[in-house]
Amino acid sequence: MARAATTTDAFNAVAEPRRRQILDALTGGERPVNDLVRLLGLAQPQVSKHLRVLREVGAVDVRDEGRQRLYRLNGRALKPIHDWVKNYERSWSERFEELDVVLDELKEKEERHGGNGE
Amino acid sequence: MEAMASSGTAKVTLPTDEQILITREFNAPKDLVYKAYTTPELVKRWWSGRRGEVTSAEIDLRVGGMWRYVMVANQGFEVAFHGEYREIVPNERIVTTEVYEGVPEDEQPEGDVLNTVTFTEAGGRTTLTLLVETPSKEVRDAIIGSGMEGGMQEGMDLLEQVAMSLR
Repeated sequence: MARAATTTDAFNAVAEPRRRQILDALTGGERPVNDLVRLLGLAQPQVSKHLRVLREVGAVDVRDEGRQRLYRLNGRALKPIHDWVKNYERSWSERFEELDVVLDELKEKEERHGGNGE
Repeated sequence: MEAMASSGTAKVTLPTDEQILITREFNAPKDLVYKAYTTPELVKRWWSGRRGEVTSAEIDLRVGGMWRYVMVANQGFEVAFHGEYREIVPNERIVTTEVYEGVPEDEQPEGDVLNTVTFTEAGGRTTLTLLVETPSKEVRDAIIGSGMEGGMQEGMDLLEQVAMSLR
């Protein structure tokens, strides 16, 4: 699979630890930028930059309320991350299916030898 | 009578930010699962799954001993892992470190990745759990992502086949 640009790929967008921190913070619900600035201990422009990346991949949504900009998680955009774990899981499933074959043979061998092991 | 069907897929959960837990049941007693897990000729037959061929499996099964597995992926590149046995309880439990050799020395994570495999038997069936403990969430995520490098491309093609093989 071709690697997409950071700004369009949810994976790369969350590969950055600060951006994951932001996502973690938002799992508790909607938050204003100031909150995130305080939580991360970064300067506002840096936080805004991370938020822009997250917004571009759709990982967060934003709305204005009065003079505040409120950010919230968008779970759907994070589905690729879920799929990512599924892919890892599939690689183990494949391994273990091969292991099943090995085990069936070992069992057969043991039965033929009267179950005495070696 | 006990079903002889496939024991199902591996289950992967993420208990903490630094951990991966893989669980799978096998239709065999635990001494055989242990044997298949620790015998080089047998490891060679399953460790690469359907993503390549294992070209080398070295196992020095004693505390302080090393293991090293090498696989050539279907796309032609080589993937190698090695580690050191930290704890061995035959047929019960193995603790090892795990190092992915695809990461340059100076980019290797600080702190060990520890794998704890346990074998628990009930009614002739064995539940294998593999707990992967990493020094950080970044390392944990990189390990999960490593499945992509070897697998994503053909993983999609294989999906159909795998789905069909799940009886």
